[in-house]
Amino acid sequence: MKYEVIVVGGGHAGCEAAHMAAFLGKKTLLITMNKKNIADMPCNPSIGGTAKGVIVRDIDALGGLMGKIADESHFQMKMLNSKKGPAVQSLRCQADKTTYPKNMLKRLENTNNLTIQEGLVENLIVEENKIKGIILANNEKIECDALILTTGTYLKSNILRGAVSIEGGPHGEGRSNHLSDNLKSLGFTIQRLKTGTPPRIKADSIDFSKCSIEEGDKKYYTFSHDDKPKYKIEEQQNCYLIYTNQETHQIILDNLDKSSMYGGYVTGVGPRYCPSIEDKIVRFKDKERHQLFLEPESLYYDEWYIQGFSTSMPEEVQERMVHSLKGLERAVITKYAYAIEYDAIDPLQLKPSLETKIVENLFTAGQINGTSGYEEAAAQGLIAGINAARKLDNQEPFILKRNESYIGVLIDDLVTKGTKEPYRMLTSRAEYRLLLRHDNADLRLRGYAHELGTITNEMYQNYLNRVQKIKELNEFLNSTKLEITEEIETKFEEQNFTLPLNKTSLKELLKRPEITFEFLDSLLTIPFEEDIKEIVSIAIKYDGYIKKTEKEIEKMLKLEEKQIPKDIDYKKIKNLASEARVKLERIRPISIGQAARISGVNPADISILAIYLKKEYGKNE
Amino acid sequence: MEDTIAAISTSLGVGAISIIRVSGSNAISIVNKIFRGCDLTKVASHTIHYGFIVEKEEQIDEVLVSVMLSPKTFTTEDIVEINCHGGIATTNKILELLLENGCRLAEPGEFTKRAFLNGRISLLEAESVSDLIEAKSEKQRSMALSGVSGRTTNLVRELRDKILDVIANIEVNIDYPEYEDAIEITHENLKGKVEDIQKDLELLLKNSKVGKLIKSGIDVALIGRPNVGKSSILNALLNEEKAIVTDISGTTRDVIEAKMTLNGIPINLMDTAGIRATDDVVEKIGVDKSKQIIESADLIILVLNNNEELTDEDKELLEQIKEKNHLIFINKTDLEEKLFLKQNEHIVKGNTKELNGLEELKQKIMELYHLDKIQEKDLTYLSNVRQIDLVKKSLASMNKLLEDMKENIPVDMLEIHLRETFDNLGLLIGETYEDELIDKLFKNFCLGK
Repeated sequence: MKYEVIVVGGGHAGCEAAHMAAFLGKKTLLITMNKKNIADMPCNPSIGGTAKGVIVRDIDALGGLMGKIADESHFQMKMLNSKKGPAVQSLRCQADKTTYPKNMLKRLENTNNLTIQEGLVENLIVEENKIKGIILANNEKIECDALILTTGTYLKSNILRGAVSIEGGPHGEGRSNHLSDNLKSLGFTIQRLKTGTPPRIKADSIDFSKCSIEEGDKKYYTFSHDDKPKYKIEEQQNCYLIYTNQETHQIILDNLDKSSMYGGYVTGVGPRYCPSIEDKIVRFKDKERHQLFLEPESLYYDEWYIQGFSTSMPEEVQERMVHSLKGLERAVITKYAYAIEYDAIDPLQLKPSLETKIVENLFTAGQINGTSGYEEAAAQGLIAGINAARKLDNQEPFILKRNESYIGVLIDDLVTKGTKEPYRMLTSRAEYRLLLRHDNADLRLRGYAHELGTITNEMYQNYLNRVQKIKELNEFLNSTKLEITEEIETKFEEQNFTLPLNKTSLKELLKRPEITFEFLDSLLTIPFEEDIKEIVSIAIKYDGYIKKTEKEIEKMLKLEEKQIPKDIDYKKIKNLASEARVKLERIRPISIGQAARISGVNPADISILAIYLKKEYGKNE
Repeated sequence: MEDTIAAISTSLGVGAISIIRVSGSNAISIVNKIFRGCDLTKVASHTIHYGFIVEKEEQIDEVLVSVMLSPKTFTTEDIVEINCHGGIATTNKILELLLENGCRLAEPGEFTKRAFLNGRISLLEAESVSDLIEAKSEKQRSMALSGVSGRTTNLVRELRDKILDVIANIEVNIDYPEYEDAIEITHENLKGKVEDIQKDLELLLKNSKVGKLIKSGIDVALIGRPNVGKSSILNALLNEEKAIVTDISGTTRDVIEAKMTLNGIPINLMDTAGIRATDDVVEKIGVDKSKQIIESADLIILVLNNNEELTDEDKELLEQIKEKNHLIFINKTDLEEKLFLKQNEHIVKGNTKELNGLEELKQKIMELYHLDKIQEKDLTYLSNVRQIDLVKKSLASMNKLLEDMKENIPVDMLEIHLRETFDNLGLLIGETYEDELIDKLFKNFCLGK
């Protein structure tokens, strides 16, 4: 058999990659160990979250699936940071662990050009540094032109609880024993990473009267730009908040040496943003309590997830830990928490297209690249899918910049800085986050998507409609002048607002911090949707800040424009600090801008590099 | 970058010894060609050798030569320094010989430039080194040195840490909105933190003014009608005949400049042409220039004649300097008192004939600029325009933040001003560490699933 594109792994990265390659017309094979685990959510039962919610919208704007599948598979929706500024708001839903994978599988099975096959990949066929195919555990060979590896945590994975270590991936699935060795022999640097997941408990064993309720929002939201809400506000499921206490902390401290992490049984590096409860207790000794969130996993089975309680303690200690919690005194643990360690490649060996630098037409996405999170994985899968297809068509790769999308930030960070721990997206990683908002994802990206051919005409039309409406509202606000009538006067007086001059345009008025669309409501003679009002109001109210950010971006883009020739020989540049030389040689940045972001390359090195380029190539600056 | 450069590193014609510095891969072999004493290519690094500089067997000078091998040198290249006898002719002759034997004359500041480009010193240090080279007084020198040793850098670094703490806290609030571990940064508690940062920046800026004072000195203009004794005062202060002093009014047509130091601070004295309405063209040019100097000087000393009544011109001058930093010296107290001016803190009386009142005048200048309080040990000042400008920008950002706070701009947006300040201060000390924020986030706060 031969395919144009093969995707190895059916997780969130694999699903997006396979769908997109197929959507772009490539004959595609998705190969997974178990069809049942397609788009599986082995950890938290939610999609989105701070920064991640914006990634989901960006994926959707570019034609990916995650937003749409989440919209039809959740039972609670929340806009995080709704009390903060517009740049940091982000959607999160509690996704149903039964429905989400089912809906995704259905979607993939209905995708043209896409075949799904079960199998365990153990080897790659590489000829003259170019990928040619794969070999399965049963020795079956399948040829391809491009390969996308989205192996998640399944490379040589070990599941750890206390001193017990079991070879295998989540859900008792097998692991790929040879693939990472094969990657190593091809020249890839392999690193060992670690992550963990908390225990699951039976719903009817929780005493909810001792927990405080965490409700969904009372306002409708969707991830996708093309969807209408598919849920009912009043039918959303609640989550609950509980706390650890001194007893919990004592149990943990008394048994610290039994934990896989503290007992020295783990070699992988775990993420700082996702510490185990042991970590939290040890590192923050003075804290009296830690928050834990109880979240239902699905409407179709009664397992609940204890967010914040990830641990690698032995099972009997976990029992005591859980039972020390108020509300969980009688809780029945259905799945014990575990730590998992797995192999990943060093993402510095990737190009910004996510093609590897070592093997041509080989792409990688998701946890194999050192990231963590469903959304981060899906975003990379999408980009790898797009770029694999483009590579086969001899087209330039699609590379998002840091000022265009969180996806651009994510990939640039990975291929420029690398990562020593599982990488999670955070708003603080995005220096231009004021422009990377959830409300303008389509405005930022649908134009690209249309050019790339990654969205349907209907999706493009939705975008054009929104652009048109934004234009109309802006024109209306500009041209509508306020007539000061008695009624208007009272309206302002009631709120204690200063009365504007007669004939002030509504746009001018909106610049005032206290004036909102809500206040102006009766003056809007033409109705506009909430989302249109939101985006227009942000642009007016935060104009100064947006301009400031745009100025910063201009500076950055100037450095990005200074391309570094592909054939540059860093050995020839005298006076570079040796650390800088090693890093530059290894990463081979495409621009001065990218070079400047490499840690360990200091400003003096950049000036030396710039001077060299000017001297040698004469066209930079 | 590979060529070997040479330059005279001490100022020409001053002092008994001059130093010629040679830097580059051929530094040693080139000097070796014109040196008789030992084989410099065979000596250990960081050693000094006695011998002669020769031109075709003719001895040019008796010298000491220091040999320093790469990389532990100022430029990180091989460096040779020739200590020769300080006459202009000899020093130039040796430099010529070096150029004939393969050196290139260094451009001004090129040694420092190489040190910077070779990663030996930071940008701030590079700036400080050039200050050090240009230093005219002992105070200037120690200020430049304090920059080199990174004291300014440390100060700015501390301030950046403070800002980073606030940013990290705001970021945690954003990334983990549901976690109670971090205190929520609100307008109320942000205000105090920003005001604190503002204070630090203001202090830096205030110190930078002192820095400028030490570096550039105080420009003092002597003004007054012709023949009131301005030039005599200048001379008495300098103890030398720099200005032409005569009894004919209008003698000083050009501006005479002279330098002195007070407690180590350079004082640039300017004796201006007597100011009065005049038809004499040459003198008129001098008068115009005087008016310009009044505008630009840091301090004006108006000289009046004790022996004459206050004229209309005097009154006008008094009016002109009212808004400026000024002192009034009533000269010629050895003659009959005809001038009656109400005593105030600006006035010093005396005469140049008996050298009366001059010490008091110096004392007044010291008091005015708190020169007695400037200590060498706390010379952590910014000293150039670029640095001062960055601090000013940072201060402006903090002011804008507080202003926007009143407009109810959300904290996560106000943070942009903090980031800007963080970046500007980073530019000041030539540091960027983006990843530091993330590190801080996880070090200080307990977060996550």
